[in-house]
Amino acid sequence: MTTLSLDGLGKRFGSFTALADVTADIPSGAFVCLLGPSGCGKTTLLRLIAGLEPPSDGRLLVGGTDQTHTPTHRRDFGMVFQSLALFPHLSVAENIAYPLTIRNVPRARRRQRTEELLELVRLPGMGARRIHQLSGGQRQRVAIARGLAIDPSVFLLDEPLSALDANLREHMQVELRELQQRLGVTTILVTHDQKEALTMADIVIVIKDGRVQQIGPPMEVYRNPANAFVAGFIGTSNLLACRLSAQGQHVTVAEREIALTPGDVVQAQPGGAAVLSIRPEDVELSPSVGDSDLPATVTFIRDLGESVQVSLDCGDHTLVATMPPRARPDAQVGAQVGLQFASGRRVVLAP
Amino acid sequence: MSSNSLHATPGWLALLPAAVLAVLFLVPFGIMVGVSFAHRAPGGFFEPGFDLTSYARVFTPFVGRVIVTSVTLSAAAATICVALAFPFVVFLTQLGRAAQTVILVFLLAVLSLSEVIIGFSISTLLSQTAGIGNLLVWLGVIDAPQAYTPSLFALLVGLCYLGFPYTVLVLYPPVARIDPELPEAARVMGASPVRIFFTVLLPMLRKPLIGALILVFVFTLGAFLLPQVLGRPVHWTLSVHITDQAIFQSNMPFAAAMAVILLLVSLAMIGVTLLLGGRERGAR
Repeated sequence: MTTLSLDGLGKRFGSFTALADVTADIPSGAFVCLLGPSGCGKTTLLRLIAGLEPPSDGRLLVGGTDQTHTPTHRRDFGMVFQSLALFPHLSVAENIAYPLTIRNVPRARRRQRTEELLELVRLPGMGARRIHQLSGGQRQRVAIARGLAIDPSVFLLDEPLSALDANLREHMQVELRELQQRLGVTTILVTHDQKEALTMADIVIVIKDGRVQQIGPPMEVYRNPANAFVAGFIGTSNLLACRLSAQGQHVTVAEREIALTPGDVVQAQPGGAAVLSIRPEDVELSPSVGDSDLPATVTFIRDLGESVQVSLDCGDHTLVATMPPRARPDAQVGAQVGLQFASGRRVVLAP
Repeated sequence: MSSNSLHATPGWLALLPAAVLAVLFLVPFGIMVGVSFAHRAPGGFFEPGFDLTSYARVFTPFVGRVIVTSVTLSAAAATICVALAFPFVVFLTQLGRAAQTVILVFLLAVLSLSEVIIGFSISTLLSQTAGIGNLLVWLGVIDAPQAYTPSLFALLVGLCYLGFPYTVLVLYPPVARIDPELPEAARVMGASPVRIFFTVLLPMLRKPLIGALILVFVFTLGAFLLPQVLGRPVHWTLSVHITDQAIFQSNMPFAAAMAVILLLVSLAMIGVTLLLGGRERGAR
């Protein structure tokens, strides 16, 4: 069942197009991440969905009914803002109960619901505190509880975790995902952090310059990126200029032919220029350069504990390879090595 | 420690403003208090001494009524000013930067008008011969032009005209500083614009609003010209009577005593306002 349909949504500010032709059907209970670099239009899209900005084009359907022009305060959505937007003049409990107070929910029911929500976000007994008495993570939880107070049909989050330090952020990502799965609320989260998207999302919508680049489950987007931008933005990727043969059987990189195997993805026109996208973990090193190997020079080795990262130079290109420590190559900086790309993991993209 | 004090403003710099305050404010104030106890020489001026006659005259029903009039007028002007200026400032901060600048510069320009000009302009505007009464006749609202001044209405218009720019200038910075995501959050949570105003903006700005109330109250309490130009004699405030006693009746001790009482009444009113405004915070 579809909860939310975006039908050709677009937004222009004067002559500037912030967002163009966004079409997506979001199934009920899905966790959607709007992912893209800053200024790509992802926050604008969230604000269009919330009704905080009127769209220039397109329609927004919630549960099948057109809500494009429904005023924000009649949409029954929940939202967590980037600044959290907690009211400093209200206590924690009053903040959480605010949407209930606005809807004239009786006091007893309000109090009960606030207790439930405090329990849900693991802040039991904190209702009487003032906002300024809470830590960053606690404020986060209050904002989430407040957004969920009315059991919203859609829960919107605008980079709510960006202000937290790295450890807490990862912790909150997992917590938020668990909470969302438990409640089954349709959730849309804006982020520029691809790890955050991979951690939480059922569906990732990658946006660049106001245009949707790809929509899909995160691992599918990771394995099968639609274009070079997506390949580079979701995870890291070695992007190598290449030519695709006329039959689409092999690619030529740095005068070496690499035969493609059935698992490899080809999205470029045969017989033309293309970009070969290889994930760092799919680059294999051998100490001797075989006939089919791409020759390269080791320029740097980073031992990161959980993994080893090897920087490589093969003439026109620089590459990065990562591997677990037990597969660390027996090579020094400056050594000649042969490169192989794991078959079935190669993606040939349009240039 | 020493490096800290090197960067801090040296304490002796404060001596200059302290000296200026002492010479220009405390000394004249002391003289005024002294004069209020002086003995009035009939037909002349006053002789130094300790005489409570002036204070005895202050505590009469007449002066009491004047004090009540003054406080009521100023409180009304302050309330009207804040009630008008607050929504206006909220609206102003939502405009573009250029429009905001133009309006703020215009309000600053209004501050340069003296009480005299404001008083006589409004007096003309509300008069029978040249005022808006003629416009209303032309529009067919009334049959014959009439004068709306002198009256309580005219006086309040004048006092509010005087206080409004200050109210806007006092309220503008705190309103502009409010995170725009706060009202947006309230909107998403179901609050209509009117409810956002009463449940978010109003409580968040309680302190600046109280500040603005006190400012306009004290400011209009000192107006001595507008009540005479726009008001009837019953609207004459303590400031009018002080001016009258000091300048026209040459009764300096009585004028000084009334001024001291005016000061005490102002302080008491400010105290009450702060107490009422800070009540929630104190009870917690």
